Amino acid sequence: MSSFKRRMLRILELKNLSVDTLIKKLGESPVFINEFLDELTVNVTEMFRDPSFWRVMRDEIIPGILLNHKTFNIWHAGCSSGEEVISMAILLREMGIHNDVQLFATDLDTTILEKAKSGNYLAKNMDLNEKNYIRFEGKWTLKDYCKEENGRVTFDKGLLANVTFRKHDLVTGEVFNKFDLILCRNVMIYFNQALQNEVLKKFHESLFKYGYLAIGSKESLIWCDVANRFLVVNNEEKVYKKIKD
Amino acid sequence: MSRFNLNSSYKAVVIGGSAGSFQGITKILSHLPKTFPLPIIMCLHRLKHVRNGFVEALSIKSVFPVVEPYDKEQIKKGGVYLAPSNYHMSVELGNYFAMSTEEMINNSRPAIDITLGTAAYVFREKLIGILLSGANRDGGMGMKHIKDKGGLTIVQEPTECMIDTMPKAAMALTKIDHVLKVDEIVSLMNELDKHYR
Repeated sequence: MSSFKRRMLRILELKNLSVDTLIKKLGESPVFINEFLDELTVNVTEMFRDPSFWRVMRDEIIPGILLNHKTFNIWHAGCSSGEEVISMAILLREMGIHNDVQLFATDLDTTILEKAKSGNYLAKNMDLNEKNYIRFEGKWTLKDYCKEENGRVTFDKGLLANVTFRKHDLVTGEVFNKFDLILCRNVMIYFNQALQNEVLKKFHESLFKYGYLAIGSKESLIWCDVANRFLVVNNEEKVYKKIKD
Repeated sequence: MSRFNLNSSYKAVVIGGSAGSFQGITKILSHLPKTFPLPIIMCLHRLKHVRNGFVEALSIKSVFPVVEPYDKEQIKKGGVYLAPSNYHMSVELGNYFAMSTEEMINNSRPAIDITLGTAAYVFREKLIGILLSGANRDGGMGMKHIKDKGGLTIVQEPTECMIDTMPKAAMALTKIDHVLKVDEIVSLMNELDKHYR
């Protein structure tokens, strides 16, 4: 709630609006609603955030999926500007299985989805991303996957070739597919527990039996209704496996 | 009696610190009375990419185990909490924590201003804020929020700080009730404990 309050105050200051005018504008203009959502949602993210998480993905989780499936699919729920999707695409390419995996990336913010689709980022953010990648112990460097021009970098289009980007609201949206792996890291921290509970039910429903769910390092599903239908695979990196329908 | 003029109305202690605060924090945590009645909520600047080790290092000498809470974890009496790396940690109405990955503030995530400011909003005059050694201004605004809500404000004596930018920033922004050496903060915590028995 305090994060929501900070975001609201930021928007009112940024757009120089009173609360009354804000409410009025939201009622009048769908375009403004999108702008508002783009500012309200937190879109601060990194490539290979928590490098140890990505090592576990590469060394344990994905090999675990490959034991049973030659091809599989992944859902990035709340993908924001796409840094996590790019990270996954690079990881899969380095494992030599990029073409065998279908990725879905969703967010409720259409502005940020467009950014994610472009694979285009500020060059100044690449220092942190590159440091994370080094700690992930990738095969090359992130520079090998992108071109820098005028202070921005553009990632190899091939990386995003098998990604489907789609607008989707985790709270109101329907279950739209079944997945082998769902990543939803540091998204539900902006929801209260009741809402987290509902979203986790949908994730459970959206997973194949024995599929994996990854959440943020300071999130937990031990208290939620579907907790006993999951097994903790890696507590440090918060990876769970669906063991019951 | 004592110069601190304490009472038993307080509900929580928040501590902020950065460069040079580790020794002070360790000393405070290792000298807490075993009956210490309040939760201690800490936001210390730390390396973004090092998730492990810090909480363990603080726990070694601490009287109470130090934990990095989960998102939405309830704040409990006797709990000693540390803001996890690379998250902002807020205190919420209903006495629980919330994590966020918002933009860095004062070049910091976790930002002390966020933890202190949100704790001030929740605990109001029932909060004790302590700001220790540090090399940037983060925490100054948080201390101001604590004072503005009627809480008790304490900073580490600047001459004792390895780097005094942080306590001095707070002193410039608001009235600080007590400017103390770490040993005196230890005494204050022990005296506070006696008021609850």
